[in-house]
Amino acid sequence: MRRIAFIAPVLIFLIIAGALAFGLGRDPKILPSMLIGKPLPAFNLPDVRTGTGGKGLASSNFTGEPALLNVFASWCASCRIEHPFLMRLSREGVPIHGLNWRDKGDAGARWLDRFGDPYDRVGYDPTGRTGIDLGVTGAPETFVIDRHGTVRYRHVGPIDAQVWTETLAPLMQQLRAEP
Amino acid sequence: MSAEIGHFALILALVVALIQSVVTFWGASRADSALMGVGRAAALLQLIFVALAFGCLAWGYATLDFSVELVARHSHTTQPLAYRLAATWGSHEGSMVLWVLILALHGAALSVFGNSLRATFLSRVLGVQGLLGAAFLGFSLLTSNPFARLFPTPLEGTELNPLLQDPGLISHPPLLYLGYVGFSVAFAFAVAALIEGRVDAAWARWVRPWVLAAWTALTLGIALGSHWAYYELGWGGWWFWDPVENASLMPWLMGTALLHSAQVLEKRGALISWTLLLAILTFSLSLIGTFLVRSGVLNSVHAFAVDPARGAYVLAFCVIATGSALTLYAWRAPGMRTGAMFAPLSKEAGVTLNNLILAVVTFVVFIGTFFPVFYELMTGGAITVGPPYFNLIFVPLFSLLLCLVGFGPLLHWKRDRVRQVLARLRWPLGLAAVALIAGTAAFGLAKILAAFGFALGVWLIAAGALLLVRRWDIGQRPAEVTWRLVRTTPVAIWAVALAHTGLGVTTVGVTAMAGFESSKVLRMGQGDQVEFAGRTLVLQSLAPVTGPNYQADRAVFAIVQGRGPATLISERRFYPSSRNQTTEAAIGPSLIGNLYISVGELDESGKAVIRLWSHPFVGWIWGGAVLMALGGLVSLSDRRLRLGAPQPSKRRIPDPVMPVPEAAE
Amino acid sequence: MSAGRQCSQWLAGIKASSARIMLLAVLTLGAVAGPAFAVLPEEQLADPVLEARARKLSQELRCVVCQNQTIDDSDAPLAADLRGLLRERLEAGDTDAQARAYLVERYGDFVLLKPPIRPGTIILWFGPLALLLAGGVGVFLYWRGRSAAPTLSPAPLDADEQRRLDALIKETRPS
Repeated sequence: MRRIAFIAPVLIFLIIAGALAFGLGRDPKILPSMLIGKPLPAFNLPDVRTGTGGKGLASSNFTGEPALLNVFASWCASCRIEHPFLMRLSREGVPIHGLNWRDKGDAGARWLDRFGDPYDRVGYDPTGRTGIDLGVTGAPETFVIDRHGTVRYRHVGPIDAQVWTETLAPLMQQLRAEP
Repeated sequence: MSAEIGHFALILALVVALIQSVVTFWGASRADSALMGVGRAAALLQLIFVALAFGCLAWGYATLDFSVELVARHSHTTQPLAYRLAATWGSHEGSMVLWVLILALHGAALSVFGNSLRATFLSRVLGVQGLLGAAFLGFSLLTSNPFARLFPTPLEGTELNPLLQDPGLISHPPLLYLGYVGFSVAFAFAVAALIEGRVDAAWARWVRPWVLAAWTALTLGIALGSHWAYYELGWGGWWFWDPVENASLMPWLMGTALLHSAQVLEKRGALISWTLLLAILTFSLSLIGTFLVRSGVLNSVHAFAVDPARGAYVLAFCVIATGSALTLYAWRAPGMRTGAMFAPLSKEAGVTLNNLILAVVTFVVFIGTFFPVFYELMTGGAITVGPPYFNLIFVPLFSLLLCLVGFGPLLHWKRDRVRQVLARLRWPLGLAAVALIAGTAAFGLAKILAAFGFALGVWLIAAGALLLVRRWDIGQRPAEVTWRLVRTTPVAIWAVALAHTGLGVTTVGVTAMAGFESSKVLRMGQGDQVEFAGRTLVLQSLAPVTGPNYQADRAVFAIVQGRGPATLISERRFYPSSRNQTTEAAIGPSLIGNLYISVGELDESGKAVIRLWSHPFVGWIWGGAVLMALGGLVSLSDRRLRLGAPQPSKRRIPDPVMPVPEAAE
Repeated sequence: MSAGRQCSQWLAGIKASSARIMLLAVLTLGAVAGPAFAVLPEEQLADPVLEARARKLSQELRCVVCQNQTIDDSDAPLAADLRGLLRERLEAGDTDAQARAYLVERYGDFVLLKPPIRPGTIILWFGPLALLLAGGVGVFLYWRGRSAAPTLSPAPLDADEQRRLDALIKETRPS
């Protein structure tokens, strides 16, 4: 019995060290999304280009085929970095919708006019409330939504070729194959 | 050129450290005094090389040598010299050099002042120190080279974060490191003792000054960090249960237990296993703290540059060092027990309880800090353990400990009686009860916890003072006798009285802040008045100003009614070269509380958001810590410690396992 | 830090550590605009009771983009949004638990500074007490085993034994 008291410290320590070693591999700042496996929260946003009778973006737009929802803003430097890749995806026919998050006035619209618009639809969320409903913590973030409107994945940070080929493209393919 | 010298010096130090490790263990196992002498010399040589490296780094900062990458990243031509020099340890790489320097200093000190230690024992201790030094030097050279050059040499550096350009940077890290690294000596002592298979009262006497010095430095370092955060960050918090803060608290808690446990070991030969385990764990917690701060495993406002590769190295090092020490402990410690007995009510029992509760409380801080990592491992989800958890779990347990602390010094060794103890402590108990009742009456039942906190503080202060009162026999003897007693008071009694009273003072401060802090926020313009905390303040002027390396919006307040300084100035600064914003708060200090004012940015209408706080008794928090540290310093000045362990007697007397208990407390 | 970091880093810029400042400065370009400062007077609710509840709740909710700050303390714009949202929910009549649940639904348990009590957090909440009790029991059992001899000093001798002792001493004393 007493022996246990002496051996316990070493054993406990090694277990703790193992757990910490595991911890080294992850980034504590990236939060897992609460929406995975749940339907997209209901929202109905006006178009980012006001006054042109634009289409706007609503949660109902996400049924029918798998699509991406990309959160972006004109003040976000990383969004600028991922933008060319999104343009490429858009040319390849990948359905992408945009959420202009916490931008003032027409800053988002002007940003799209200047650099190009890869989105089928763009919603305007100046207050950030829809972003909060989605659990957004910053830009850029990209959600993958299946044909039934259920959120299947969230990627934090800009999308590049590696992220696309390794994670998102296979997922999209799988979702298209699903009934 | 100096960077190359420094780099080479570090490499040489590593080589010497490795030689030191080998030679010392080899010499000790063969009881070869020549080899052991080489070991001791190696420790000195290591210090010389590390000091040289440190000097070269500091020189680079002093001369603004921007070709050294570290200097370019943390200093600027407009930066004052004091902060340029302090920036030597203001970065991860530089702080590692400071760590190694202090480690080498301790090794050299052991080598020079360790004559009263058994030669083989000293040799093994130096061996462990050598291994630790080699590991950290290897870490520094392999992953965090402080002397990396930058080509092309920039004309101007990036200045040190303005939050760090503060007297706090000059003293806080060195004190903390003296604490962390100082406990490595206790660790080395424990490992050496386990290797040799013997622990006795002499061991406890040898280890005590090192533990005291480390503990005192750590106490001051933590208090300084808290005070610095208080006045620097602009919203008057003094403890945030941030992972890095917890990383410094855990060794302090274990170190406190170690300190008391070593006393029992010295006086009575009891608690051997506890003391050895505590010696190992305290330094291990220092190592884990180092890991935590530099690895990016947890979110923290204080974290250094985050690099999982460095984290992996530190973790591996920690596993090896702590793992082998604990394995040695599991193997050897069971055979090293004594038969020293003591009754359930005795000073030894008190220290045992002290150890137990401090261990549990350390566990609380540990699990609270690292739980997010474990939780994610278990469930994949993210979770936060914040101040509400610590306040609910840590505070009650620590309060339980504080209740017991008052009794401790006044318990008899080996055996005591409940009735006698209560009689001895009737005054502190009575005063505490009065304080509790008075507090409840004054603050109401809603704030009964605050009343309890104050009562705890009164209890500790009275119990600490009681030690002196009993010693001086105040009121029982004529004045000259009392005066003689005062002058000849043993250092140990002063030390304990100071330290435990200091704890009580801190308790009062913490209780007051937790229970009675108040704040107000409003938008004010020039000429506006505000009433707060029993004073009326008028905002005399609110305008932009320019400083040596910053632009600021400055608010000048004057107190129209109520006590406090004539003017209070708060600034919201913007540092263009690093694009940083800081808030310099206006603090109106007093013995019973601070008035704390922060100004926000000027808006378009020329007004600014003004935040006012009343911080009752906040200074007592750090004042108490200073008293505790003073107690530690006073204890260090004890001549008995410097006389060292008794030499073996010339007469043939059996080696006592249990030393004769001393009569005095 | 790679480019694969979010723009949200700039939100944590104000109170971050020295080593991050450079990169944050790059991402912060132009973003630290406006008098962002935790709990502005304008954010405060008119009803003091509700406002007190809001402040208390804010101090229990974590700013999800910062390094270990509450939304009450943080200057980050998202923290300001969350403060406003919290006050909206309270004005709409939510209880404290409902307001908390609203945010947990969106950001997970991470947003709570006080971890919820559930099977995964048992060691956190009950571990310390269990350890204390276990330690106490351990110490108690140890003492019980040790002091099987209840007295630490031997019982006094009776007259007969005392005579025997005296005789023995007389015998063995060197002359």
